[in-house]
Amino acid sequence: MTIVHSIPATRRLILQGAGSVALFGLGGILLAAPATAAANDKYPEEAFKQKSDADAIKALYGKPHEASDKVKLDAPEIAENGAVVPVSVTTTLSDVTSIAFFVSENPNALAASYQIPAGTTPSVANRLKMAKTCNVIAIVESSGKLYSATKEVKVTVGGCGG
Amino acid sequence: MASTIRVRAISNGDTTEVQALVQHPMDTGLVKDAQGQTIPPHFIQQLTFEHNGKNVFLANWGPAVSKDPYVKFAFKGANKGDEIKISWVDNKGANDATTAKIQ
Amino acid sequence: MTMRLPIRLASVALAFAVVALAGPSARAADTPDPVADAKAFQKFFKDKFPQLKPDDFVNGPYSMNEDLHRQWEEKEQFPPYEFALEAGKEMFAKPFKNGKTYADCFPNGGIGIRQNYPYFDEKEEGKVITLELALNRCREANGEAPLSYVKDDMASLTAYMAYTSRGKPMDIKVPNDPRALEAYENGKRYFYTRRGQLNFSCATCHVQSPGERIRAEILAPALGILNAMPIYRSEWSGMGTTSRRFTTCNSQIRGVPLSPQDEDYRDLEYFLSYVSNGLPISGPGARP
Repeated sequence: MTIVHSIPATRRLILQGAGSVALFGLGGILLAAPATAAANDKYPEEAFKQKSDADAIKALYGKPHEASDKVKLDAPEIAENGAVVPVSVTTTLSDVTSIAFFVSENPNALAASYQIPAGTTPSVANRLKMAKTCNVIAIVESSGKLYSATKEVKVTVGGCGG
Repeated sequence: MASTIRVRAISNGDTTEVQALVQHPMDTGLVKDAQGQTIPPHFIQQLTFEHNGKNVFLANWGPAVSKDPYVKFAFKGANKGDEIKISWVDNKGANDATTAKIQ
Repeated sequence: MTMRLPIRLASVALAFAVVALAGPSARAADTPDPVADAKAFQKFFKDKFPQLKPDDFVNGPYSMNEDLHRQWEEKEQFPPYEFALEAGKEMFAKPFKNGKTYADCFPNGGIGIRQNYPYFDEKEEGKVITLELALNRCREANGEAPLSYVKDDMASLTAYMAYTSRGKPMDIKVPNDPRALEAYENGKRYFYTRRGQLNFSCATCHVQSPGERIRAEILAPALGILNAMPIYRSEWSGMGTTSRRFTTCNSQIRGVPLSPQDEDYRDLEYFLSYVSNGLPISGPGARP
């Protein structure tokens, strides 16, 4: 995944006097580590195209993650139905800039990626599709580092589902 | 036509709790209809929440988000009576937006 | 000789006793007693699940399993039937081409009345009228085409009507009319009769095995099972009426489904709703 907003482009915008352009996301790039798909507002197309969670995490963040008990992933033991699995993440980590959910055995592992601006609580609840029993992985980006939590969710073909 | 976006924004101390439910098929492009034709992918890609002209939450979604997608989050710095703007754009380029008052 | 007389007297007395005991029982078996049935039905489930509050039964499988319950609670914060409910409210308010509305066909303008359905129409047709049947009759009486009993529109409409009755106790009447009692008995008979290649009756799953699994799904108890209708089923990714559930269940036990508002289904709904009298309407509901 290439850097989206290159420095020259930003300078051009400023020179054009577009001072009122909201620089959220762009401000981070000038100071922090190299921009990745997760660090700005552009839709991370490439990350969504990846198949495995490893490739999707690489495309989205380009860095390794470590398991952390400070990331609390809530998902059911057995999904009521693979089409609508309530999954949520909350964390005690600070300076969280993004949270992403991966479903390891889905055709494309990345399910959702959220930008968490300053002032927004690092906690997200959503409902995901799971193709089959596998791991749900939540990644929390805190101060530029990645922390994760993993939980296996069982998905069955319902008995009454015919 | 009524908006596809339903929002509940509730002020709780200095935090505003937001829940949104959006009417959208979120088709994966992997399912066939009754006639055996593949239903093309049709899903929301980005859902943004703004307060005072600033993004307070941005969702990047793929088709693995459930049909009629739901999301819940919370942010600080808003008061009861403030407005938030919610908008989405999908992979077909369609969009919708709505505003909601924080209760 | 002296020994045989007491024995003979005893056997005669025994014969009398048997006849005396058999008599009332035989008569009772011929006379439907919905009141006693409902009492026994509710007692059976309350005894089977003493940890549940009576009202819990209307939440079906969610009251049977903690993991399912949590998932349901999360989804109820902003339920999947939200859009169907809104659509139903709009549909209900929209006048027909002739200017009349659904409110003109129903007592209390159709608001807060769902718990009275089905009812037995003694005056005109001598049959069980379900809410869906009544809605289509209203449409036809006002020059509109009837809605499919198993598709979204009907389910949206009944979702709204159920919503206006939420919390009200189920209140089905079985009048002391032989035709009503026969309809009630027919429904009861249907409920307990085995059918289909799997040879299941409704009772096989919902009376014998609530809280247990059929393959991977948790079974709901029969008590209160219709109180949440219509339901948004995750399996359907959509809303469905009682008719939709009855027909699909028949298919799933590899039986031949009847037409959606077949007399047997209406009678079944009548019986099932009656024995759940007193339990609150929880519709529209969500189910796996």
